[in-house]
Amino acid sequence: MLPFNFEYYKPQTIQDAFRQFYSFRKENKKTIYISGGTELITLGRLNQVYTDAVIDLKRIQEYSSTFFHKDYLVIGGGATLTTIEEVNAFPLLSKTVKEIADRTARNKITIAGNICGQIFYREAILPLLITECLLGIAGAEGIFHLPLQDIFNKEIQLREGEFIFSILIENKYIKLPYVSIKRRKQWDIGYPLVTVAAIKNNDEIRMAFSGVSPFPFRSEEMEKVLNDRALSLEDRVEKSLLSLPGPVLNDVEGSSGYRLFVLKNTMMDAIEELEGERNVK
Amino acid sequence: MSSDPILSLLFLVNSEEKTVTVRPADTLLYILRVRLGLTGSKPGCLNGDCGACTVLVDGTPMKSCLMLAVEGEGKQITTIEGLVNTPIQKAFIEKFAFQCGYCTSGFLMNCHALVNIEPNASDEKIKDWLESNICRCTGYKEIEEAVKSVLNTAEGKH
Ligand code: FES
Ligand code: FES
Repeated sequence: MLPFNFEYYKPQTIQDAFRQFYSFRKENKKTIYISGGTELITLGRLNQVYTDAVIDLKRIQEYSSTFFHKDYLVIGGGATLTTIEEVNAFPLLSKTVKEIADRTARNKITIAGNICGQIFYREAILPLLITECLLGIAGAEGIFHLPLQDIFNKEIQLREGEFIFSILIENKYIKLPYVSIKRRKQWDIGYPLVTVAAIKNNDEIRMAFSGVSPFPFRSEEMEKVLNDRALSLEDRVEKSLLSLPGPVLNDVEGSSGYRLFVLKNTMMDAIEELEGERNVK
Repeated sequence: MSSDPILSLLFLVNSEEKTVTVRPADTLLYILRVRLGLTGSKPGCLNGDCGACTVLVDGTPMKSCLMLAVEGEGKQITTIEGLVNTPIQKAFIEKFAFQCGYCTSGFLMNCHALVNIEPNASDEKIKDWLESNICRCTGYKEIEEAVKSVLNTAEGKH
């Protein structure tokens, strides 16, 4: 049960959503967009989210569709994680989202909701970071496109009233060799210690991480060392870890020392898999 | 906040039309149990973790504690009260797939959808779906046997 009530609006078009957002804002009402809407409930009941008004984007046409257009795979921000897994147009993304929450929850969680969420794992963003996707952002002038890396700094930074309408991934990335590994302390469900997603593009490995720091990330400095074939595999991984972009989490899922240990081994597994040394389950 | 918004919405619950007054902040679980008296959907964690509150929305399993009632407007909502004599219910009885019964309605809704949507589900698929529900009495083996007995698998055919 949420400890606060709010106004609720279900727009049919982007323009309608935008208009309503500013109409609520004019009345000084804190306003949020929801997509799957799960985080509003899970964080709202803990008083970690408050809002006066909610704009539910699900009914906007094409917001939930997935299709190929020219050189891109276009995934609607409102596509659920289950749909992405089942359509399987981008196997790395399917494999990564399949490990988020559980099947019934994935029937509701959407990709835009996951990558814009407050929960720090946001694992669906990892394949998007390493494929340098474009985001279709709905704003005052309609939809415009920006490279994810231009507006991602620990989190996606949108201007007031904007929302992610679609995600565009270049076809050339979709068939590349990939690895997605989620390591938990125990069992097959629950939060991860670390999640690693990686691809090999023209012999270069790209890697993104979640669960390591309080935000998901991809680091060029780390990749530079990871791709230095003059070093041994262990040295590549160990030296890259000197460039971690944030503190290593130390929480109930695992101490920072244990996380680093698991991370190092997971990275080695990922590289060995991508460089054809062995298969990692 | 100056006002306390209230909406009057039409729901299709177990094939019956119901007009209910809701607050936008009310969860579907709350409305089903408190306003419609359908108490078969159980509150457990209220956080999307246990699956006790699972219902079907247009045939797809959803955790009703993770869904606002307003999101269910115009959708076909099926609760445990809407399942009568289905093969999975019979299988749960035959295989003793419940102990205290608290998780049972949530498991039944999820299993019923699995049987309908994935009648040839592999072991991996069954595991993937059923990981959404928790049984505190740990009757997982019997639940698995009940599900397999109604799938089109080798085990389901004898
Ligand atoms: S009560 Fe809904 S998932 Fe636990
Ligand atoms: S039968 Fe008791 S919780 Fe499942």
